[in-house]
Amino acid sequence: MRRKEKLIEVLMICCSFVTILTTAGIILILTVETVKFFSEVSIIHFVTDTQWTPLFTEKHYGILPLLSGTLLTTTIAILFAVPLGLIIAVYLNEYASPRFTAFVKPILEVLAAIPTVVYGFFALQFVTPSLQKIIPDLNGFNALSPGLVMGVMIIPYITSLSEDSLRAVPRSLREASYGMGATRFQTAFRVMVPAASSGIIVSVILAVSRALGETMIVAIAAGQQPKLTFNPKESVETITTYIVQVSMGDVPQDSLEFKTIFAAGLTLFVFTFILNSLSYWTRSRFQNKYE
Amino acid sequence: MFKLETRNANLWYGEKQALKNISIGIEPNSVTSFIGPSGCGKSTLLRCFNRMNDLIENTKIKGEFLLDNTDIYDMDVYELRKKVGMVFQKPNPFPKSIFENVAYGLRIVGGKDRNEIKDKVELSLKNAALWDEVNGILNKPALSLSGGQQQRLCIARTLAIEPTVVLMDEPASALDPISTSKIEDLIYELKQKFTIVIVTHNMQQAARISNKTAFFYLGELIEFDNTDKMFTNPQNERTQNYVTGRFG
Amino acid sequence: MRRYSYTRAKLTDRAFKYVALSFTAFALGVLVVLLIDIFSKGIARINWDFFRNLPSRHAEKSGIMTALAGMLSLLFFTIIIALPIGILAGIYLQEYGKKNRLAKLIEINISNLAGVPSVIYGILGLTLFVRILKLGNSLIAGALTLGLLILPIIIVTTREAIRAVPDSLREASYGMGATKWQTTSKVVFPFALGGILTGIILAVSRAIGETAPLLVIGALVYVPFIPEGPRDQFTTLPIQIFNWTTRPQAAFIVNAAAGIIVLLLITFLLNGIAIYIRNKWYKKIRY
Repeated sequence: MRRKEKLIEVLMICCSFVTILTTAGIILILTVETVKFFSEVSIIHFVTDTQWTPLFTEKHYGILPLLSGTLLTTTIAILFAVPLGLIIAVYLNEYASPRFTAFVKPILEVLAAIPTVVYGFFALQFVTPSLQKIIPDLNGFNALSPGLVMGVMIIPYITSLSEDSLRAVPRSLREASYGMGATRFQTAFRVMVPAASSGIIVSVILAVSRALGETMIVAIAAGQQPKLTFNPKESVETITTYIVQVSMGDVPQDSLEFKTIFAAGLTLFVFTFILNSLSYWTRSRFQNKYE
Repeated sequence: MFKLETRNANLWYGEKQALKNISIGIEPNSVTSFIGPSGCGKSTLLRCFNRMNDLIENTKIKGEFLLDNTDIYDMDVYELRKKVGMVFQKPNPFPKSIFENVAYGLRIVGGKDRNEIKDKVELSLKNAALWDEVNGILNKPALSLSGGQQQRLCIARTLAIEPTVVLMDEPASALDPISTSKIEDLIYELKQKFTIVIVTHNMQQAARISNKTAFFYLGELIEFDNTDKMFTNPQNERTQNYVTGRFG
Repeated sequence: MRRYSYTRAKLTDRAFKYVALSFTAFALGVLVVLLIDIFSKGIARINWDFFRNLPSRHAEKSGIMTALAGMLSLLFFTIIIALPIGILAGIYLQEYGKKNRLAKLIEINISNLAGVPSVIYGILGLTLFVRILKLGNSLIAGALTLGLLILPIIIVTTREAIRAVPDSLREASYGMGATKWQTTSKVVFPFALGGILTGIILAVSRAIGETAPLLVIGALVYVPFIPEGPRDQFTTLPIQIFNWTTRPQAAFIVNAAAGIIVLLLITFLLNGIAIYIRNKWYKKIRY
């Protein structure tokens, strides 16, 4: 019987190790192929060249245009989603009746459950044409529309996580504030939000990480033209879109052109890895503040 | 000869010492009560007898613990717990049927024969004075029973694996007076077949049901004697103060 | 002066209330607009032929049969791969190795994996399964890739469900001489099953919507046959939708919207089931 117990435990440890192997696999594959890539392309060019044209006859391998496209769509999404998501969280926590909250929260979470290809369709077929009525010179493919739609997708993440951490703030703090005659608004923004700040920060970090890695919305609605620009009206290409574009194309899999997706992938991975680690660190550091 | 015995038992939870040099012997087929204020170590000692403290991290144990003169740390822990059963403070039936709750232990020891399991379930429920109340509704969920019935079900569940010792950690503290008196009657009956150690906060209860009583204070065994002597003529001043309700 | 600032504070409070309420309404409104837009564009195309037809170069004759079949086969293999591994790993991390260093490392690792962009999983799948293990752009390569992708979700929800099992039940079982595995398999696991099931369904619903990693491993956009085995090539509904969305002809946009209606119905159905099970299970654990 002891033998069987031990055997099962070993099996379970092996299963847990699959996750470690996944991370190791990702890092190994990205690094090995990227090193091969950098043996042919100088890393200086990679980070300073302002053009990314591996698929053209005149080849440039500068990551900056892809990076600017990624950062532009992410920034639009975050600027849109963070204030909205946070204000909704404060409203649900401080103002709304429990019944209203119980009604709204699951519906908001539907927004997070919708497949991203659907958002892509919505951005290209509805949001862009609608925006073009207000901004006539808006390109058919642009950074603004997918950025905003990505923001909508992210709202529930921010609302849900922020509301959870607002709810974790001890009642006594809120009562102390009300006891001194503060309004709900003052209580919310001078007591509750600061007290829940670590959870709110985590929600924002995770939202940024999610936006950086989002693929289908931008692949459908932002276009496929790597351009070093911060103009939201123009068509841009993100790192994720580029990876999809190359792997769907007919680029030979051993060519230098194909290796570009690993260098681009590693860049993306490093960014999200830093953000994810930061959020884990913040969470575990401040978790027990009120226990 | 003692059924259960400890010699110089010491126990630490992390840095905190919860038991200090405890030596005590429990006689077979008797009821022994452990009393004392909260945090005095009575539950901790009880949990030593079937090594439930092994499940708590950072626990360090020193000294000898004997069951029938055998060191319990030389025994297989699972065998030990089958011989030394335990009933907990809050009734904790599994979210299964009444029948399956009692059959659980039998299945764990490898019981396969359906009729044998059925017979043992019935016998255990009778031993726990619950049979008359649940006969015919054995397939109902255990959680549909009242608190007192649930606790007697937990006792039946423990009796089913035929232990020789039953440890009870404040078994009636979560129950109403009527259920409590049923449990007390049951303990009195069970004494014929089992050795019973009970931790209780209720001094009248200790006085009513136990042959011997041990008083603990801050991890030390202050006094251990026949129950009537403990309550009428305690030797130690702190025991006297406690049993007369002056502190605790 | 004091009175003045007090009234202003009250005004701010009132103003904020309406601003916040309108933001909430806006977020919900977007959802409504999205649904109306898609239904109005695609509902006319939903008919029996749409489900039965193969993809075609003529929009009106195109259907989602191969995409649906590919998606279901893909899910089948994904679940077979990810389910046992995820549940066993979750049980181990929560029930066995709570405090040791290895478990801590794995926990940090899982929290990180959950945030890795799906397109990166695509690169992993392309290199490891498609090229190194020579599985080609087959169903099984797609299933392995998606399996790794949803593994963190299954592990995290399994752990949460197991954490909700009261310690008193474990004590009762150990107190009767049950071993760790007996306690885990006979008491803890059945009790946590509702929560685990919820997590699995949510993971599946996530896997259904995934497009990017499948595109990266080379899932085809045009598959005129139903896959018959794990080594066959495949397409899925989201890929089909993506393909139609990127076509310039308006007729294909209608197809895309119709495909989205089907995809959304499946997603909402799964989420509904998950919520139903979760609520039922919550009632059970609060006893």
